Amino acid sequence: MYYLIVFLPLLGAIIAGLAGTSLGTALRASFASPGGDTGHHHDAGHAHAAHDDHGHDHHHGPMWPAYLTTSLLFVSAILSWFAFVGVLHGAETVKVPVLSWIHSGTLSADWSFRIDTLTATMLVVVNTVSALVHLYSIGYMSHDEHQPRFFAYLSLFTFAMLMLVTSDNLVQMFFGWEGVGLASYLLIGFWYKKPTASAAAIKAFVVNRVGDFGFALGIFACFAVFGTVEFDALFAAAPSAVGKTIHFLGGDFDTLTVICLLLFMGAMGKSAQFLLHTWLPDAMEGPTPVSALIHAATMVTAGVFLVARLSPLYELAPNAQTFIVVIGAITAFFAATVGLVQNDIKRIIAYSTCSQLGYMFVAMGLGAYGIGMFHLFTHAFFKALLFLGSGSVIHAMSGEQDIRKMGALRPYMNVTWIMMLIGTLALTGFPFTAGYFSKDAILEAAFMGEGNPAHLFAFSLLLIGAFFTSFYSWRLMFMTFHGTSRADQHALEHAHESPQVMLVPLYVLAIGALVAGIVFAPFFIGHHEGEFWGSALFRAAGNEIVHAIHDAPKLVVWAPTIAMALGFGLSWLLYIKWPDIPARIAAQHEPLYKFLLNKWYVDELYDFLFVRPAMRLGHFLWKSGDGKVIDGLGPDGVSARVVDITNRVVALQSGYVYHYAFAMLIGVAALITWFMFGGAH
Amino acid sequence: MTEFLTSTGAVAAFPEITLALSALALLMAGVFLKRTAYDLVNGLAILALAGVAVMVFLADTRATAFNGAFLADEFARVMKLLALLGAAVALILSTSYMKAHKLNHFEYPVLVLLATTGMMLMISANDLVSVYLGLELQSLALYVIAAFDRDNAKSSEAGLKYFVLGALSSGMLLYGASMIYGFTGTTSFPGIAAALANGEASLGLIFGLVFLIAGFAFKVSAVPFHMWTPDVYEGAPTPVTAFFAAAPKIAAMALFTRAMVAPFPSMTAEWQQIIVFISIASMALGSFAAIGQTNIKRLLAYSSIGNVGFALVGLAAGGEEGVKGVVLYMAIYLLTTLGSFACVLAMRNASGQQLEDVKDLAGLARSNKLLAFVFAMLMFSLAGIPPLAGFFAKYFVFMAAVKSGLWALAVIGVVTSVVGAFYYLRIVKVIYFDEPAAPFIPAAPEVKWVIALSGVFTLGFVLFPGPLLALAQAAARSLF
Repeated sequence: MYYLIVFLPLLGAIIAGLAGTSLGTALRASFASPGGDTGHHHDAGHAHAAHDDHGHDHHHGPMWPAYLTTSLLFVSAILSWFAFVGVLHGAETVKVPVLSWIHSGTLSADWSFRIDTLTATMLVVVNTVSALVHLYSIGYMSHDEHQPRFFAYLSLFTFAMLMLVTSDNLVQMFFGWEGVGLASYLLIGFWYKKPTASAAAIKAFVVNRVGDFGFALGIFACFAVFGTVEFDALFAAAPSAVGKTIHFLGGDFDTLTVICLLLFMGAMGKSAQFLLHTWLPDAMEGPTPVSALIHAATMVTAGVFLVARLSPLYELAPNAQTFIVVIGAITAFFAATVGLVQNDIKRIIAYSTCSQLGYMFVAMGLGAYGIGMFHLFTHAFFKALLFLGSGSVIHAMSGEQDIRKMGALRPYMNVTWIMMLIGTLALTGFPFTAGYFSKDAILEAAFMGEGNPAHLFAFSLLLIGAFFTSFYSWRLMFMTFHGTSRADQHALEHAHESPQVMLVPLYVLAIGALVAGIVFAPFFIGHHEGEFWGSALFRAAGNEIVHAIHDAPKLVVWAPTIAMALGFGLSWLLYIKWPDIPARIAAQHEPLYKFLLNKWYVDELYDFLFVRPAMRLGHFLWKSGDGKVIDGLGPDGVSARVVDITNRVVALQSGYVYHYAFAMLIGVAALITWFMFGGAH
Repeated sequence: MTEFLTSTGAVAAFPEITLALSALALLMAGVFLKRTAYDLVNGLAILALAGVAVMVFLADTRATAFNGAFLADEFARVMKLLALLGAAVALILSTSYMKAHKLNHFEYPVLVLLATTGMMLMISANDLVSVYLGLELQSLALYVIAAFDRDNAKSSEAGLKYFVLGALSSGMLLYGASMIYGFTGTTSFPGIAAALANGEASLGLIFGLVFLIAGFAFKVSAVPFHMWTPDVYEGAPTPVTAFFAAAPKIAAMALFTRAMVAPFPSMTAEWQQIIVFISIASMALGSFAAIGQTNIKRLLAYSSIGNVGFALVGLAAGGEEGVKGVVLYMAIYLLTTLGSFACVLAMRNASGQQLEDVKDLAGLARSNKLLAFVFAMLMFSLAGIPPLAGFFAKYFVFMAAVKSGLWALAVIGVVTSVVGAFYYLRIVKVIYFDEPAAPFIPAAPEVKWVIALSGVFTLGFVLFPGPLLALAQAAARSLF
């Protein structure tokens, strides 16, 4: 069963990628059988519609790769739910060997699946969202001529993500880790003829490299210290390293803290935490289903999963945990503030994702792994719902993404409105929706984390964050669906509800967003928590934070809900009641507004600190290093000397017979001289 | 008569005798027929070459004649076949050209036959006297045909220069031969080898060897005895140049090889030094000087100087391996060069004028795809790009050099072949990427055939290298 779950998406990716794309067409054409299938041949050089979603209805690739990959994914998803139900009431860790991979010296890493509750949870999240996104994309990408390639990438991504979550050792995990990075790069830059998309793809790749560098160092450190990269051996050896130090960057530091921080660096990159978050908003250049799948529900949560998977290490490194809490809290707060003023519908949700990831990390840092995973689980549903809903809006508005050019869209698309409403309620934590259970639990856990000032700091930021979340979410809803219409008349004429193939995934996700919390809360964080997680998560003795949240003061329990209500009220006042006020506030506090609008100037700071010096260094190495020194002494210099020699040699050929005869005599004389005075004989 | 033939062993020289008699007969025929003679004599000359080739092919090997002065062995057989092929193709190539340039005199095929007879004698020479005899027979004919376009100043100049310098080189060769005779008391190769077998070589003998080598080096146009080559190649009529670049090079290289290996095995260390020197000098000069050329015939002249340098790498390596490399190199060189000159012959503008400038080739790929392709392949082959024939030629000589420890020579060879690749590739660039010049008129049919066959050989050698490799192997084995 596990083989099928993991490898079906790969199968789909291979078939769709090789046979379904123009590569396949080319191959078929080159082995042309008479009367072969050339009907779907499309001109690869065709000018691609540069705007977002609406290509014109000209030729597109064959449809079968879309159906094939989607069907395979649904099989995978259904099997995943079986696996998940199987672990609901506790399960042993199952290991499924696949094949032998690396054996070099004492390093050994084999392909095998490690199936426990944690993995099963991720399998469900990944395969469910992926299957729904595949289905949704059939409608959403119906106008795109490179559709088979899109589905091949989506399935490839899913496979890599499954590799990541089922891995039994750090090396295999790194394989999946890089695989999802690659797929993410390919999908962000899917519309490669659009310069901003290509730039965003490169940015995502480069920023992730920074994180991956840390991750790789972490793996190396694990191997150097423990001599193994297998999880079981690692976890067994970890307690022996407590209190020891490691020599790193010229100083001696606590071994486990160093390892955990390095590995967390990878998680920060992948999960877009503060300082390494800059790629995520730009990644919205990719098609919207991609944003839903990769940049909301699955890949960006890989960092959270990593920390959960390595909980036996993190539990032993309290300093690293504190660091995670602080970074998570700052991210949650920072992204929420930026989200307040953004105008691009997808970017708002992207910052919201960033912010929610911060919440998850706070939970991880607190040692409340179950709570963090629970939020990951519920978040996947409502955030995918929001993204796909916004995709539906964009689809209807002919590619328009600016909410300032929307408004009063509800009459055109009632179903989408309901779906977005459910998503918003779940995100903001409206009582008894999914977010209510998971997010509030994080806040309670942060409050109850005793003794550590960082925890209170996190609680305050998260609470403010919850207020902001509510505000910007409702702002999005109001500016898109309510108030007065600011839309382009031309676009409005075409505005329409999306087809059923796009709406059905929304229904499924909406159900998830509504009930996932109430149904699964007992398992993830409630009474069955212990048996549910079993040995998948590790908590050090005395870590009772999951149970402590039940004793949280009433005010703390109600605080997030109050924050949500306040956010909703303020948003309603500003965008429905007095819609001219926001502009005045922005004008009055222009520096603050600009600061937020420009995302705290982090991109500009990086541009100044890294990009420009790197460009200058590159320019120097190119012009002076390569151009003058290497080319000068190398190719250019050599060719210039060759020309010099040539000119001299050619000058010897004077045309005079006595010169020629002289040369012959000189030759003979030289040879004889050589033998008389120097020759070996 | 029969008694004379058997007592002198002249049976072994039957092909040479036949060729000489054919030449004389054709001369008579030409004198009496006069006007229409050229076509007939040319055709018969080609037939004679073919017939003699068959005789050579069928003849006994390891036979000597004239008291050992003439030796017909496997090596001689292979080299003679190559020389005959070169001469025949050169005659075929000249047919239309000679008529178009009013050079269709019957003397030309007769002179080629005489020169070829000289070459065959050179290849079979086993004695310093027969060496000189063959060499002069060949050279005197060549001097004349170099100046065959006698109304053309360049052609006359070429003939004269070649003659004067050739005379000088013959003098050196004779001087060297007489010194060797003086120190060993014999002119026969086995005799010299026997005389040198015991005892160290004296300085006088080394002097003789140097002069002898100078004479040979002139014939193969190795640096610094190469100066005549560019001028003669440029000045002589193009089919004559094709002939010069092909058959005489084979004969001279065969003679050079045998005259080193057979009489001087005990002085290998000495002659090896000289050959390494002229080999390096030839490779380097051939590569560098060709870059500066704009005339394609001149460029091919430097190319042949460079190629001789590469072939000499094999000789310098010595031994069976080295000689095998030399034979193989010369065979591939012969076919590639004939093809290249055929391409040059195909360069004619609308008024039938022969073009010789590299830039006249500009954009050939657009007006004549096939010619452009074969020309490019030949250039790639000369540059030594795998999998074309030229790559294997270089490969075997360099391998031989490496195996006999001449690392430096092999490395220099590779470096100069990189430099050389530049001008070959420049021609390819001109053909394929430059703005088209005026297109050529269609080539004469026989030229087309030669181009096609050499193209097939260049591309196909990699598929069927066996026969040629086996021939080269057998030829090399017979020398030791």
